[in-house]
Amino acid sequence: MSRSILVAIKRVIDFSVHVRVKPDGSGVVTDGVKMSINPFDEIALEEALRIRERGLADEIIAVSVGPADVQQQLRTALAMGADRAVLVQVAEPLEPLVIARLLLALVQRHQPLLVLLGKQAIDDDNTQTGQMLAALWDRPQATFASKLELDGTRARVTREIDAGLETLEVDLPAVITTDLRLNEPRYVRLPEIMKARRKPLDTLTPAELGVADTAAVMRVLEYRTPPTRARGVRVGSAAELVAALEQRGVL
Amino acid sequence: MSAILVVAEHAGGRLNPSTAKCVSCAVAIAAACAPQAAPIDVAVLGAEVAPVTAAAAALGGVRRVLSLERAENAAALAAVWAPQIAALAPEYTHVLGPSTTFGKDLMPRVAALLGVGQVSDLMAVQTPHRFQRPIYASNVLVSVELPAQQRVVATVRTASFQPAPAAGPAPIEARQLQVPLPGHTRFVARSPVNAGRPDLQTAARVVSGGRALASSDNFQLLYRLADALGAAVGASRAAVDAGYVPNDLQVGQTGKIIAPELYIALGISGAIQHLTGIKDARTIVAINKDADAPIFEVADIGLVGDLFQVVPELEQLIRARRASAHS
Repeated sequence: MSRSILVAIKRVIDFSVHVRVKPDGSGVVTDGVKMSINPFDEIALEEALRIRERGLADEIIAVSVGPADVQQQLRTALAMGADRAVLVQVAEPLEPLVIARLLLALVQRHQPLLVLLGKQAIDDDNTQTGQMLAALWDRPQATFASKLELDGTRARVTREIDAGLETLEVDLPAVITTDLRLNEPRYVRLPEIMKARRKPLDTLTPAELGVADTAAVMRVLEYRTPPTRARGVRVGSAAELVAALEQRGVL
Repeated sequence: MSAILVVAEHAGGRLNPSTAKCVSCAVAIAAACAPQAAPIDVAVLGAEVAPVTAAAAALGGVRRVLSLERAENAAALAAVWAPQIAALAPEYTHVLGPSTTFGKDLMPRVAALLGVGQVSDLMAVQTPHRFQRPIYASNVLVSVELPAQQRVVATVRTASFQPAPAAGPAPIEARQLQVPLPGHTRFVARSPVNAGRPDLQTAARVVSGGRALASSDNFQLLYRLADALGAAVGASRAAVDAGYVPNDLQVGQTGKIIAPELYIALGISGAIQHLTGIKDARTIVAINKDADAPIFEVADIGLVGDLFQVVPELEQLIRARRASAHS
């Protein structure tokens, strides 16, 4: 186990973009749309940087899987403070299980103390990759983390669950997926962007990582826009509101 | 032949309502398999699970309940439960868990151990291997299809299914699995169950507050209205981030997805990430000072006004209405 942290990041349509389905239902419109680091992954990276700043890790490696364009997001990760970046370059979108296999191969190369990644990506909303990596790696997982304490060989993780908060203790190395309230990611400053241009960004192929089969198993047959709700009524007072609720039979 | 396994969610000796919704989804898959039979089993893992297995056995459509008692199963640790569910999986064509934080944590680990992908947030069954699910915070729906011979592992979007009705008890079968379990993950603590108020995930009525409440104290206004209505309390991410209420009240893409009969949004602007969580509510009411707030685009009934004035009035009217109904 080295003292490195692997942070997996995904390039996604920016959270502020209103996503639209293509007229032929073959996908969503991505042309000319702003792309960003998945916000949950940005939180994962921020946490890794803070762990390094506390002297508990030496190297932060940002990794991603996707087309060459993902270099933009990896450069942002380097500007935020990652020491180096690795892009596993593929043209087609991959399923979470394949991503987990690629991450496992990177884990075996770098032997990190921790793998940090967002609890979900805001595009596919799958919430799978971290858990799948932990299963394949046969290591602990702590998902939906809102607090993380390290003591060298163990991590104590507070998780946001439906019933409130849960605390787990896991042996390292482990996979931790990050929730919104873990931290607030830092802003990138211009000098850091300039400096990031000189940091190493390596590109690999799945074959170089020993993952031969990356084909999708699940076929997406159709994309569609969900039905919208009919426009409602406006009322002018609490009394009118109660009357409207009574009329709808919900009181 | 098809067979479906539902992994039960439970805590404190009580079966979580998410399990009855998963059973409904399993019933829909079984119907899609017809005329082939597709029996439904429920697996209950825990240290002592007798009351939970009894509750699971009373769900309509269940063939039998598997009781997997083991001291290590006391807490629902994904690393501990997943290998046991994976060991049961060869008997089944479909393995389902709820799309709650419990199922979201556990099921992908099960899928990876089985070497298959997972269908997340399954919202409709189109064939035994074709399902609809939401992406992009429910702004897009996709139909996904798996190869017919592949085992289906899925999390079920609980807001899309009604709970399975009660029926005559199914048999309960104790199982002992010889599966080695890891010791690398240990349960430390869990916040106490919030008793006394309806559960946000299953409540018929929900009153939710946003940043406009402006303080933890002001949420009392909302709690009083919720009490008058017999409603659960929810919140937007902004209100949780600001520390007005705890995280388990968050409704939306990254919080809870709910489908109450009545949802009242107070001082919530209506970011798409929040709207994701309430799309299946039958009636949405919005009270907001800002007439242009996006929440009004989805509200069935909108009231532009100061919530600090309107909410106490509304509470009084509802209490008066209840009192006259009882007299």
